[in-house]
Amino acid sequence: MSNGYAIAVNQLRKTYGKEQFVAVDDVSFHVDKGEVFGLIGPDGAGKTSIFRVLTTLLLAEKGTASVEGYDVQKDYKQIRKIIGYMPGRFSLYPDLTVAENLNFFATVFGTTVEENYHLIADIYVQLEPFKDRRAGKLSGGMKQKLALCCALIHKPVVLFLDEPTTGVDPVSRKEFWEMLKRLKAQGITILVSTPYMDEAALCDRIALIQQGKILSIDTPENMVKQYPEQLYAIKADQTYELIKALRKYPEVLDCYAFGDYTHVSFKHVFEDDLLRRYLMSEGLSQIEIKPAVPTIEDYFIKLLKS
Amino acid sequence: MRTIRFLLEKEFRQIFRNRAILLMIIVMPTIQLIILPLAANYEVKNINLSVVDHDHSGYAQKLISKVTASGYFKLTGYNVSFKEGMKLIEADEADLILEIPQDFERNLVREDQQQLFIAVNAINGVKANLGGAYLGSIIRDFNKEIRSELLPISRFNGAAGIELTSSNRYNPFMQYKFFMVPGIMAILVTMVGGFLSALNIVKEKEFGTIEQINVTPIRKHHFILGKLIPFWALGNVVFTIGLLVSWLIYGIVPVGNLLVLYFFASVFLLAILGFGLLISTFCDTQQQAMFIMFFFMMIFILMGGLFTPIDSMPEWAKVLSRFNPVSYMIAVMRMVILKGSGFKDILPQLGTMALFALVLNTWAVINYKKRN
Repeated sequence: MSNGYAIAVNQLRKTYGKEQFVAVDDVSFHVDKGEVFGLIGPDGAGKTSIFRVLTTLLLAEKGTASVEGYDVQKDYKQIRKIIGYMPGRFSLYPDLTVAENLNFFATVFGTTVEENYHLIADIYVQLEPFKDRRAGKLSGGMKQKLALCCALIHKPVVLFLDEPTTGVDPVSRKEFWEMLKRLKAQGITILVSTPYMDEAALCDRIALIQQGKILSIDTPENMVKQYPEQLYAIKADQTYELIKALRKYPEVLDCYAFGDYTHVSFKHVFEDDLLRRYLMSEGLSQIEIKPAVPTIEDYFIKLLKS
Repeated sequence: MRTIRFLLEKEFRQIFRNRAILLMIIVMPTIQLIILPLAANYEVKNINLSVVDHDHSGYAQKLISKVTASGYFKLTGYNVSFKEGMKLIEADEADLILEIPQDFERNLVREDQQQLFIAVNAINGVKANLGGAYLGSIIRDFNKEIRSELLPISRFNGAAGIELTSSNRYNPFMQYKFFMVPGIMAILVTMVGGFLSALNIVKEKEFGTIEQINVTPIRKHHFILGKLIPFWALGNVVFTIGLLVSWLIYGIVPVGNLLVLYFFASVFLLAILGFGLLISTFCDTQQQAMFIMFFFMMIFILMGGLFTPIDSMPEWAKVLSRFNPVSYMIAVMRMVILKGSGFKDILPQLGTMALFALVLNTWAVINYKKRN
């Protein structure tokens, strides 16, 4: 099954338990070589199950999947040699030191840390001061950097990162994505999953996934462009009262809290004065209304509601 | 080979970092081997005896002093009615009642015959059984003494009598520690090896580290071997400690060849470690593994011939004990340490154990799945 894609998934299906809970529901997508592809969706959307099928840890019930042309079912041995996997949960040996963990995983893949040091150099520099510390005693951000190092040390062709930034502070998250960009520059294909919408914009292409189904696959820019209505950001002194008032307003198509603002779209025409007067009559003050640029989160919410 | 070397390096590092476990591996068998053989003694002593004496004669006195002088009995009551004696049994202050009837001495002399009554509290079966037997044999002895006193010597000589003399081979003084120490050593090696291995793979599952291993090209049998060898080495260390303790504390020096002993222990360890690893591959949490291992440990120990001989078990239990690796270990330990059995003598047990080791470890490798 050679198809030129780094990852190809075709009508994959996986259910769990006697109740046949559907975790992955006829999912198909492909990832080009050298691409950063994001699986974006809430917890329980089926992201991890897709990862586990692709990393040969889980057998799918139906459908096919391949990594670098190798079938996940038949050629699992080849796949294990060329992929790097960083599970969502920290899963290195907590009682081994940073250096020991790295050495161990290098050896397991029949290579040495020195041989591929250039790949992890920028990340490992930050870990170096702690290299004799036990992995279990590292901070969350450091653990994640070590896990990335261990997943990279054998120079994988495809890198699987399952929610790498969950539970990591915003600064480390930003750093982490910069590291991914550098890895991409080295030609490594990256499949990454995240529940954070702001990280979606940093991928080349993303798939929005919900309840085991893919809702949409496109570049982040195209997704935002596809947003059909003009979006407004409205703010008032009482957010909860504001949403309640907006929901009663006949012209409002949709409204939801978005940070400090409430994002609102309208059915037909939008008249600033009319809305302002209405909101004031509802007892709200300090009203601020401005046009907003839709984000992927807005697009995702729109998809979920339709 | 290189992979195995690194797996071993990793396992040994992890073991030596876990100070608590390491300490337990060394201290636990030592302490248990010092305490258990002293406590696990079949000889029943301090049986509480209550005497109900309706006679108060010289013979009654003589009998009572003979019983108490034996060292097995403690006179906790001396009553005049059986009812009072019963009360002591109910209060758990007496295990046995010996009732001496009225006119015990007079009837014995005049009618050549008299009866004594023994009531036994059978809640503690062993104590009751042995207590009754001891008391019976003391009374028989007493009977013989009286007969020789009362009957003319000529007539006594005329009666045919068989006297038994026995010699206890391999343990001439019937010391229980000689019997127990090798058995307890077998149990300790089983416990350390069984539990360590049962908890190990499952620990990697709980920590999630097995995920990381499973996506690597590590071969399944390499992984299992990497787990097996360190615990095998530790098991041999525990075994050596056991031999040292039994020599230093109990003065037990194996009569047989140490090499034979170590060889069998090594094969036995492979079997019991394989069993532990097999359990580990079946379980998802350390708690599950712990309970399952405990279940089997209880059966292994209680049906292994340590406390009760396998020969006196019912047929079905004898068949079951043939599948109990620990029973072979206990038997061989006693054979080699006490009797000095050689390599040839233990061949049947060795063959069975090798089969156990092979089957259990292969099963563990097959059952360890890198994906589900």
